Amino acid sequence: MKKLLSLLLFTLSFNVFASGAVELQNADIDLTDKMSLQRGAKHFVTYCLGCHSAKQIRYLRIANDLGIDEKHVLADIAPEGAGIYDQLHTAMNKHDAEKWFGTQPPDLSLIARSRGADWLYSYLKGFYTDKSRPFGVNNVIFEDVGMPNPLWQLQGEQKPVFEMDGDKKVLEKLIKGSEGTMTEKEFDTVVNDLVNFLVYVGEPVQLERQQMGKYVLFFLFIFLVISYLLKKEYWKDVH
Amino acid sequence: MNIKPTRLRMCGNWVLERFPLAKVWNEHMAHYYAPKNFNFWYFFGSLALLVLVNQFITGILLTMNYKPDAKLAFDSVEYIMRDVNWGWLVRYMHSTGASAFFIVVYLHMFRGLLYGSFKHPRELVWIFGMLLFVALMAEAFMGYLLPWGQMSYWGAQVIISLFSAIPVIGDDLSLWIRGDYVVSDATLNRFFAFHVIAVPLALVLLVFMHIVALHEVGSNNPDGVDIKKSKDPWGHPTDGIPFHPYYTVKDVVGVAVFLIFFATVIFYMPEMGGYFLEHANFIPADPMKTPEHIAPVWYFTPFYSILRAIPDKFAGVIGMGGAIVVLFLLPWLDRGQVKSIRYRGGIYKKALMLFVISFIALGYLGTQPVTPVATIMARIFTAVYFGFFLLMPIYTRWERFKPVPNHITMQPTLEERIPEMKAVIDELTLVTEGENTKRGFNPTGAKNILIRTAKNLKESLD
Repeated sequence: MKKLLSLLLFTLSFNVFASGAVELQNADIDLTDKMSLQRGAKHFVTYCLGCHSAKQIRYLRIANDLGIDEKHVLADIAPEGAGIYDQLHTAMNKHDAEKWFGTQPPDLSLIARSRGADWLYSYLKGFYTDKSRPFGVNNVIFEDVGMPNPLWQLQGEQKPVFEMDGDKKVLEKLIKGSEGTMTEKEFDTVVNDLVNFLVYVGEPVQLERQQMGKYVLFFLFIFLVISYLLKKEYWKDVH
Repeated sequence: MNIKPTRLRMCGNWVLERFPLAKVWNEHMAHYYAPKNFNFWYFFGSLALLVLVNQFITGILLTMNYKPDAKLAFDSVEYIMRDVNWGWLVRYMHSTGASAFFIVVYLHMFRGLLYGSFKHPRELVWIFGMLLFVALMAEAFMGYLLPWGQMSYWGAQVIISLFSAIPVIGDDLSLWIRGDYVVSDATLNRFFAFHVIAVPLALVLLVFMHIVALHEVGSNNPDGVDIKKSKDPWGHPTDGIPFHPYYTVKDVVGVAVFLIFFATVIFYMPEMGGYFLEHANFIPADPMKTPEHIAPVWYFTPFYSILRAIPDKFAGVIGMGGAIVVLFLLPWLDRGQVKSIRYRGGIYKKALMLFVISFIALGYLGTQPVTPVATIMARIFTAVYFGFFLLMPIYTRWERFKPVPNHITMQPTLEERIPEMKAVIDELTLVTEGENTKRGFNPTGAKNILIRTAKNLKESLD
């Protein structure tokens, strides 16, 4: 028995080895916050849609789900010339993308489902100056990422502070390089709205799904009680 | 006004004279006598059938909008999730159903190990069941390619490449399976055909044979007693009750409990933390980009772990296949004279416990990246896994059995155990302070309960 226990403890212990990546910051996701989602949609079109598409969702769906007028969506959120039934296509074509970035930037429809909200939040806040990279920036979460920081004007520049661990350079923290147009708090809200919107785009039906779940489970509990009483009635004479 | 029912009955009789519907119904339901002491573990057979029906119905609905084409597959799944009415529900029912199928089937198989349901005269029932398990694994593996995500693609790439480890014919064989040098549109199309037509047909046929074989020899029970030995004057087993209506109404209760769990997953956690729907599978398949960490879905991970634990690739493939083949041999490996674990010796109980621990540990290890420690652990558990089966002819021969009763024994029902459970809760939460008692955590009570449980466990294992 003792051996068994030590074996079990051993199994659990190396879980620690597996992790060890950079700690992620917590995004505050609230899909019932329609205002945040609307701001997020606006930011997405402004800062992301230039290079990235979100082709699995249409402007009409956004209008319906976020409670905005269709005309409003076209005037305030969608880029010039987009129709209400259009998907969120990027303005950049594949040929240019490959010339400028070496590859086509990925579609972001499902990015929140593959990466997770906290990852996206930390990623968007994690750009720092690195002159050795083609776009002058590197990222804490995604090392050597091939993407410029689209939000640098808002956030300002972040400079890295390195520490020597043996003969390896390890990033210790980021410090403010130059001021952006926003305070840190304002900027955090922008990133959070953006991530909130991406979580919504990843699975637009999730709020509806959770609301429906209550009724389904309520029905099933009633069904359980009735079926149990029925079983008891039938089994009365079995001893 | 009396004409209508008479006409209906005449129509019914017309059919019954030409088709043995009543005979089949009686043989398998109304006059099929099952032991009356089935417990919790006996729900999973009917639940497996329920999940099978769920997979058929949702699967048919999915094929109406799914496109088996490497260029369109990924987007068509998202189209189902977003633009098709109720598509998300159908898709989640299908994806959750796949995992539920394996949970239910693993528990169903474990029941067999507990109560010796694979032993004489039910060897063929077990063999058909094992064939079902293999067909189910093939079905799940090929179905997982269809969403055409990164994990679909690379999982299939890894598993198919295993065939190339076979000497001489390996490379040609894997090429023949894929229909291309890498997993591609050709592979997707043939997997779709197998997933939607060929394997489901095999599954239905095997379910039919599994049930017919079972009903020929009769169901086993938690006591492992043959209920056909004592019969009443009408020839019915005294320890048996007709399957319908007794077990149909009982199984409906099981269905209700199962559906509560099933619906909770579908509506509140369809990804199940990345175990039912893996995160990397939300990225479209990219033949140029290998993911850092390729892990199969959780239900394959015990076998995947065995594959990785063995250093040589071909030996690993043999090991993985062997892990399933030994299950087929179980009826002949077990030399114990007694079926049910209730009357078996401590050695089988200990062996079974070790087996369960190793199976779960291998499953966990299969989801984790390879590290030196993990590999050593996987090797130990692989040895335990095979040890359980291959040493069985030896250790089951030495077993000391408890006497088996002539008749089945009735255990207290859940309802009858409520006072007993209430007493335990009181012991745990009632604190006496001088004269008055109040609610709160009672450490001495908890200690007593733990000691009692440990004693009972030790007693049953000796």
